Amino acid sequence: MEIALAQWTELSERELVLRAQAGDRRAFGELVNRYMRRAYYAALGLVGSPDDAMDLSQEAFARAFRARASIDPERPFYAWLYQIVRRLCFNFVRDRRTRLRRMEEATAYLVDQAGSGAVRDDPARNAERAELRARVSAAIERLPEREREVLVLKEFEDLRYREIAELLGIPMGTVMSRLYTARRNLALELEDVL
Amino acid sequence: MSEREARLEQERARQLMMAELDGELLERERAELKQVLENRPHLKEERKRLMRVKEVTSSMALRPAPEEVWDDYWTSVYSRVERGIGWILVSAGAIVVLGYATYRGVQDLIADTALPPLVKGGILALSLGLVVLLVSVVREKLFVREREPYKDVER
Repeated sequence: MEIALAQWTELSERELVLRAQAGDRRAFGELVNRYMRRAYYAALGLVGSPDDAMDLSQEAFARAFRARASIDPERPFYAWLYQIVRRLCFNFVRDRRTRLRRMEEATAYLVDQAGSGAVRDDPARNAERAELRARVSAAIERLPEREREVLVLKEFEDLRYREIAELLGIPMGTVMSRLYTARRNLALELEDVL
Repeated sequence: MSEREARLEQERARQLMMAELDGELLERERAELKQVLENRPHLKEERKRLMRVKEVTSSMALRPAPEEVWDDYWTSVYSRVERGIGWILVSAGAIVVLGYATYRGVQDLIADTALPPLVKGGILALSLGLVVLLVSVVREKLFVREREPYKDVER
């Protein structure tokens, strides 16, 4: 059955998955449109470089497309896709050749949200905030991957504990414990500026 | 209180502190946290430090990507899929063609009466050695790195 362009956005996720599995690439394209931002920002939080995050998130969708037969239409598509995104990102981060470059780019992936107007008008305060941002970025970069992942999902993707637990397939208590360890490590790293 | 109980209480206190920071503390847990903090005054100091960390990280966000990158996103994904299919076809074709060429080459070599047996053996050994080296390098790239015990160690 032919579907008008505007109607793609109205189809349920389950229907899109089933259509994609039946070979309809436009249905998969609609799934990409729905989740591309989320996948990109998840990757950005994990690898810290916008270019690499774009590359890895697109690669995740390409792999998802190739493996679309194994998607369970009854389960959330993003939870399944996220497993591919995180695996690609962790492998990328573990690669020693990319580690050094990532550390150099670490300051580029966070931006300031606080007091934008007042801070911008005050050069000294501006420089202070930029320094803090660079320190926080680098400290997050140095966190072990599992702690970093939970911190990013909580702080930058604003997910609730239950959502993080479901996404990662871990108990909520583990989410809180990892978050605690991540924040304690950040507190130690940033002791002189907090 | 046993050492195990103390550890569990400490773990619970940390979880409650996180829930408080993130606005996910239930009403009944609030009283529990208050009680734990009274029993363990050193946690109050830690709670303050963690609150400061939360304050700082909450004031930052992931850098937004320029809007135009989303216009071609699906096209880029689909190009990757196409390229992947292309590579699979090229690899499969190359294996068939190279396999056939090797088969014919070995046949011709064995049938060639002009070449001394020693040279034939040398050519075969050279070819076989190259194949073994190639397989070894590919296998190392694909599997050994996955099992390296020190891959997560920061240097």
